[in-house]
Amino acid sequence: MGVIRRALGSRAVASFTSPHTIDHYLEQIHPLLTVDDVRARVVEVVHETGDASTVVLRPNGAWRGFVPGQHVQFGVEVDGKRRVRVFSVSNSQANRDGTFSVSVKAHPDGYVSQFLHHELTPRTIVHLSQAEGEFVLPDELPDQVLMLSGGSGITPVMSMIRTLRDRGHTGDITFLHYARSRADEMFSDELDALADETDFRVVRIYTREPEPDAALEGRFHVDHLKHLGVDASDSLTYVCGPAGLIASVRDTYEDLAATDQLRAEYFKVPTVDLDAADATGTITFDTSGRTADNSGATILEQAEAAGLEPAYGCRMGVCNTCAVKKLHGAARHVVSREVQADTDQTIKICVHVPVGDVSVAL
Amino acid sequence: MSRKRTYAPIEPHSATDHNEAPTPLTSDDPEHQSNIGLEYMSREDLEEFGREMDGVRQRVLDDLGQADADYIRRVIRVQRALEVLGRIGLFMPFFLPAFIAGLALLALAKIIENMEIGHNVMHGQYDWMNDPTINGKTYEWDIVVPGHDWKRTHNYVHHTYTNIHGMDKDIGYNLLRIDNGQPWYPNHRFNLPLAFVLMLIFEWGVMSHGVEYGDFRAGRISEEEFLGQKERAWRKIRRQLVKDYVAYPALALVLVPFVGWWAPLAVLGGNLVANVIRNIWTFLVIFCGHFPAEVQTFEEEDARGETRGQWYVRQLLGSANISGSRLFHVLTGNLSHQIEHHLFPDIPARRYPVIAPEVRALIERRGLEYNTGRFGRQLFSVAHQLAVFGRKPSDPYLVAKSPESRALRRAKREEQARRAEAEKAARMAA
Repeated sequence: MGVIRRALGSRAVASFTSPHTIDHYLEQIHPLLTVDDVRARVVEVVHETGDASTVVLRPNGAWRGFVPGQHVQFGVEVDGKRRVRVFSVSNSQANRDGTFSVSVKAHPDGYVSQFLHHELTPRTIVHLSQAEGEFVLPDELPDQVLMLSGGSGITPVMSMIRTLRDRGHTGDITFLHYARSRADEMFSDELDALADETDFRVVRIYTREPEPDAALEGRFHVDHLKHLGVDASDSLTYVCGPAGLIASVRDTYEDLAATDQLRAEYFKVPTVDLDAADATGTITFDTSGRTADNSGATILEQAEAAGLEPAYGCRMGVCNTCAVKKLHGAARHVVSREVQADTDQTIKICVHVPVGDVSVAL
Repeated sequence: MSRKRTYAPIEPHSATDHNEAPTPLTSDDPEHQSNIGLEYMSREDLEEFGREMDGVRQRVLDDLGQADADYIRRVIRVQRALEVLGRIGLFMPFFLPAFIAGLALLALAKIIENMEIGHNVMHGQYDWMNDPTINGKTYEWDIVVPGHDWKRTHNYVHHTYTNIHGMDKDIGYNLLRIDNGQPWYPNHRFNLPLAFVLMLIFEWGVMSHGVEYGDFRAGRISEEEFLGQKERAWRKIRRQLVKDYVAYPALALVLVPFVGWWAPLAVLGGNLVANVIRNIWTFLVIFCGHFPAEVQTFEEEDARGETRGQWYVRQLLGSANISGSRLFHVLTGNLSHQIEHHLFPDIPARRYPVIAPEVRALIERRGLEYNTGRFGRQLFSVAHQLAVFGRKPSDPYLVAKSPESRALRRAKREEQARRAEAEKAARMAA
């Protein structure tokens, strides 16, 4: 299959299909029959907690696999419209049955995560990217490893720890997880089993409803590390969770002069106030690496004010010359007042104003 | 990079409320009001007319959904199937009926790809689907024109400055005289034969349209911009030529032992004819959309300071529809509803026939003409126009090289220079 795939993806074949790609023809035979486009069929949707679910996927041959800790862009089509979100891969890399899974906590305003939790059915075909992200385990693990996660930030860490379990890793692993309560925690039973079956030290702290006999409680604090006997300067540390958790871990590691040990990843949840008429937040021009305070003008105008020269035509939303990928955040159409909050969504920047923090590919 | 471009004497971004789509040209002089449409209705009615049209557009936008997505995917599916069948047919030059059928199917596939898929997708009509394969920003079509440059000359220039002399280069494509407002040159005597040749090589004409040598020479675009246009055009030409005239004929070499030495030539010829059939069809549809007799053109001065209602009026007076069956509409990419397309260029084209009765009623209620007719009638009208305007006009001001016209141009130039000078002085003073 590899040879056929390479042949079909070659430039020679492309010269026959130009200006389209071979995938544009193959997908007409079967939607999963593509050379470049990663697609997958949903095998199963497992409900983990009241608002979290794991989606088991069987990707097509274009999928090149993942490294524990990586995430994937996940696109579902609803009402003719593709909505894309980034989710972490949560299963073990040792899994050899040709499937992988992502675990998602339904965000109250998250259209895709809600859809996944409530409506996604097996056999649906979803559009993916290759696995991406630098938040991964190294080939050689040091003796001391600390994994820290909060809330749904557990998913990439879960993939790491499951992989280490399946590989029979024998090093010193401490896994410290913060959840609001046990009912709110994903993978509770598996974490219990993990604590029993392996030498990994699994510590869970429930911030809102602590266990009666819990030794530790509350949000992350340097005392938690001290209590566990973790030496920050000597432990490779992975942290994933909400911005608040990462900020306080980072501060602690700075105080302990151990920031070189820290690997962090956070999920960008757009800080959006959809009704705000005033201009707040920061606009990030990702490609050029510039940022500016949101002035409330259109993204195109703000890009120009920041010294960029994006392509534009009519500046009135007709000609589509200025269409650019919005990477994160929300933008409101100045006429329809419709808010576009999807990840990696193409918008006409001449007729969209940022709502809160926005990042665009300019 | 676009800042240097001055198609419009009015900088595109000086438009007030430019955040509305679509929006009129505005004037730098707030006192100046456009007089478009005043022969039909009052200024208040024009405003109201604009609001009515906005309403039609908004209702369609609110209703977009699965049906539109399914439609364009179905069209793509049919198009791909036709193309593959067509290519297979062309590989059977030993069986003439199959070969002819292949030729017809390939031509049909190219027509659908260019019209209903390419043109409409590149208008951004399906961008709301967020599907990268049918996104106006990235789509590339099966024709020698690079999408990037076509989007500029078509989506931006032609659709914004529709039928304004000196701004919309689609009036006669710098080659033909199709309107009384264009100055007459002696080569216009050959209007009809030139149009016929243009019809056969239409894709090349549109391609050269996107490489703006004249604008570069006149200093209206930067060298960098011009070189970019040239490079994109060459790359696209190379790909298109390699596909139709090298790759597929080369593949047909395997037929040589069974069919004869001429098999690759048959494939090459079939591809060539399919491209020409597509050229003829697109030329006819496009010429019928803007050049029948009743279609109006405008002077830059007319459009300046136009309101939203007047923008709509200018768009519809500058376009003509072709009536026909459902299949006919699909094969024209629904550009047979040129009026609806120019009013609402970025809504999915399958919606044009749906809103047409409503649009027509709104237009006719205001005493405006909804220009529509059978294909034959519109074609005849276009040919008649080409013949009439090819003749040397008796009015010397319409003849480009007459002393009278030269004097007029000189006066205009001086007036312009004086205005620029005054503006500069005013800026300095400020």
